[in-house]
Amino acid sequence: MDSGDRPEQAGFQERVTTWFGSRVGGVLTPILASILAFFVAGVVVLATGHNPLGAYKAIFEGTGLTWFWPFLDEQQRISAASDLQQTLLIMTPLILTALAVAFAFRCGMFNIGGQGQFWIGLIVALYIGTHLAGAPRPVHVFVALGCATLAGAVWGGIAGILKAAVGAHEVISTIMLNWVAIYGGKWLFELGGPLQGDEPSIPRSSDILDSAHIWPIWGALQPLHAGLFIALFAIIVYHFLLNRTTLGYEVRAVGFNPEAARYGGISVARNYFLALAISGAFAGLAGAIDLLGWKFRVATNDFDAGVVGFTGIAVALLGRNKAIGILFASLLFGALSVGTSARQLDPRVFPPELAGNLATMIQALIVLFVGTELLIVYIWGLRRRVGFAGPARVQPELKQ
Amino acid sequence: MADAPLLELAGITKQFPGVLANDRIDLDLIQGEVHALLGENGAGKSTLMNILYGLYHPDEGEIRIDGRPVRMGSPKDAIDRGIGMVHQHFMLIPVMTVAENIVLATEPRTGPLLDIDAARARVLELSQRYGLAVDPDAKIEAITVAQQQRVEILKALYRGARILILDEPTGVLTPQEATELFEIVRSLTDQGESVIFISHKLNEVLEIANRISVLRRGRLVDTVPREGATEESLARAMVGREVLLRVEKKPREPGEPLLQVEDLHVFDDRGLEAVRGVSLKVCAGEIVGVAGVDGNGQTELIDAIAGLRKPSTGRVTLVGKDVTRASTDHRLHEGLGHIPEDRQRRGLVLDFSLAENMALHDFDERPYSRFGWLYPRRMLATARRLIQEFDVRGGGAQTAAASLSGGNQQKVILAREVSREPQVLIAAQPTRGLDVGAIEFIHRRLVEQRDAGRGILLVSFELEEILSLSDRILVLYEGQVVGEYAPDVSEEELGIAMTGGRRAAA
Repeated sequence: MDSGDRPEQAGFQERVTTWFGSRVGGVLTPILASILAFFVAGVVVLATGHNPLGAYKAIFEGTGLTWFWPFLDEQQRISAASDLQQTLLIMTPLILTALAVAFAFRCGMFNIGGQGQFWIGLIVALYIGTHLAGAPRPVHVFVALGCATLAGAVWGGIAGILKAAVGAHEVISTIMLNWVAIYGGKWLFELGGPLQGDEPSIPRSSDILDSAHIWPIWGALQPLHAGLFIALFAIIVYHFLLNRTTLGYEVRAVGFNPEAARYGGISVARNYFLALAISGAFAGLAGAIDLLGWKFRVATNDFDAGVVGFTGIAVALLGRNKAIGILFASLLFGALSVGTSARQLDPRVFPPELAGNLATMIQALIVLFVGTELLIVYIWGLRRRVGFAGPARVQPELKQ
Repeated sequence: MADAPLLELAGITKQFPGVLANDRIDLDLIQGEVHALLGENGAGKSTLMNILYGLYHPDEGEIRIDGRPVRMGSPKDAIDRGIGMVHQHFMLIPVMTVAENIVLATEPRTGPLLDIDAARARVLELSQRYGLAVDPDAKIEAITVAQQQRVEILKALYRGARILILDEPTGVLTPQEATELFEIVRSLTDQGESVIFISHKLNEVLEIANRISVLRRGRLVDTVPREGATEESLARAMVGREVLLRVEKKPREPGEPLLQVEDLHVFDDRGLEAVRGVSLKVCAGEIVGVAGVDGNGQTELIDAIAGLRKPSTGRVTLVGKDVTRASTDHRLHEGLGHIPEDRQRRGLVLDFSLAENMALHDFDERPYSRFGWLYPRRMLATARRLIQEFDVRGGGAQTAAASLSGGNQQKVILAREVSREPQVLIAAQPTRGLDVGAIEFIHRRLVEQRDAGRGILLVSFELEEILSLSDRILVLYEGQVVGEYAPDVSEEELGIAMTGGRRAAA
């Protein structure tokens, strides 16, 4: 896209949209938002009497991203590797739940049902993972993944059908479907529930069979599994589905301007349904990968604690619903939550009990700042204006 | 000193990436005059005024007020120096009253509180002095567009404007309201205000301006007094060549019927019957004009023919096939083309590139796609060809449609619809809001289509357009066809029929 051939009319509004439409603005805002968030959180760290730079250094070391650093001794490298495995493990479902938000968003909808679709996918994967004994591993894994993806699509598709048929707003219906999935899941695994595991006094499922485990690829204790590749592949699918298929064309047309899409001969209702179903498929796959990759079982209280579907909203927002953006945003969020987990931090650097809160705070600030991008543009504009006027006025004084 | 210019713009140059929007423009304004700024969309009028109003900073050049150079850092500087601007799109707060909107940001206060009585008194005084009748207590959302415009003018006056910039002020007004606006402008100048009047409508400019400056592609072509200027001379200066203000059209025998509508009844969004038993026929090689005042069922009639709204009863036949129940997509492939009434809301996906927009009907077919896989390069290739052929300016195949001017957006739609070679083309308000050059271009293309044996249904609120293009004219009044006329009918006769006079007499 060249912004070169801009016609004359350009009010403030249009200049803002231009700026955001351009590649520079598109990348700049999330980066600025992140920097600002880290800065504000740093002030909070300072207020607790610790050195923010020290805390951030510790967090960064805790993410395992230092593994890429060539000058580590053997011991450091082993510990960095294990941290990096955790970061990538957390990042994997985030990619998929973010895609679930982003795809619907490109069709003009806000899918808040990622969490519910995640649970449905996980439950279906669990059922298949605990059954089909004797199936060869590739068959078992891919049948479980496939069915879970489909189940997620159905769960998202329900909201899609409701919107297409009677115009029920997807925000409301997906939120309600989240609760159906959460309470449904609790009922399934509670004491005496239909899918409760072998241990009669514990409200949780059995472990899935070994043949349903996704292949571990790196590490020993809680190894990184091949689900990461599936998630990375899903990013590529997302990109091509959206930009290189007629379905993606329709979805984008409906997202930008449903009235024009209808005029062009596109069925808006059909696309609402398809977009939410595809969104649900991404989230359902996330649930399956998490289960088959490293959780292996689920307990009723997990349903209260799960937020990966909601974090996906923030990741999609930070990644601007772009494939590459989601990749980096999910890495950032994954790294942040691993880097601040209590086991990583030296209490002298930062009180561990505050560390997890710091991660949440930074994430929230990022969302806030990306959300208030107008403000950031304004600050950026001020900076530039000052920059123009600055040297002329200030420099002569400096020289004297 | 009476004739010393109040305002001078000297050598204003503004470069945007890829476009020289203003190229050394000199302009002056004498107190008490109306100085019209005439030019096509994209000629640089708005850029120049935005520079004067402090929204842009010129790369070169100087602004002088009362002979003294000034620097407009922001609109606030401009307002402080007595410049007021009434934008095309009003900047009013709908839920607040007229008086509140006018005094906004410079409210009279008693202590920390808004002194609403003082505000009202001041507004009333201004409105009486300049003959701008508005009710200070009415909510903005409850008054007409014309009245909102008066509020904008009052707002500028309230802030002490001596120089008023009116940006395309008649674009949103009915002809009667425009006449009233001209009265207001005259009353303003009689009392010493000076007005810069931006427009691309020749007749308006000739009616209201004392002097006329014509811009073309960022340059000042000429500044002329109104005396001696004609529509032809101004159009030539604007476009840079001779312009045919009337369409040339050879007589042609209509062929077989391509579109037939029989006893169609359609409801509008509020559930009222908007089309009440319309029957019409469009034959090969003819332009059938549908005249009528806005809101007499035109929108619903077009929607029903295009498949965007279900008729309650009746029949639509397209090239011999009954398509009454067919989908939009089906009709588009059975030979229907449709230039929609509202190009931004319906005709284009503004965030899509021109190439994507030009493929809006056929993206799911070869050559643009196969088995659901898109070939964007083929879209680009077609788009480049059409951009050339239809003289679309202001962007390439990958430019977002939103960044084109209205006239060029309309050319994109025209290119898409015409290049699909439809048998029947619905053209709804095809030239609304466009400038002379673009109107001429679109009219010529429509006549070309007719000469190529296609049937065209032209719906327009502009009588002149209907009269100059149509082979037959139908008048739509309250959802019914109340008369059919040959194109040599007088405007008066059509006007009477359009307001229901004929039916009442019959």
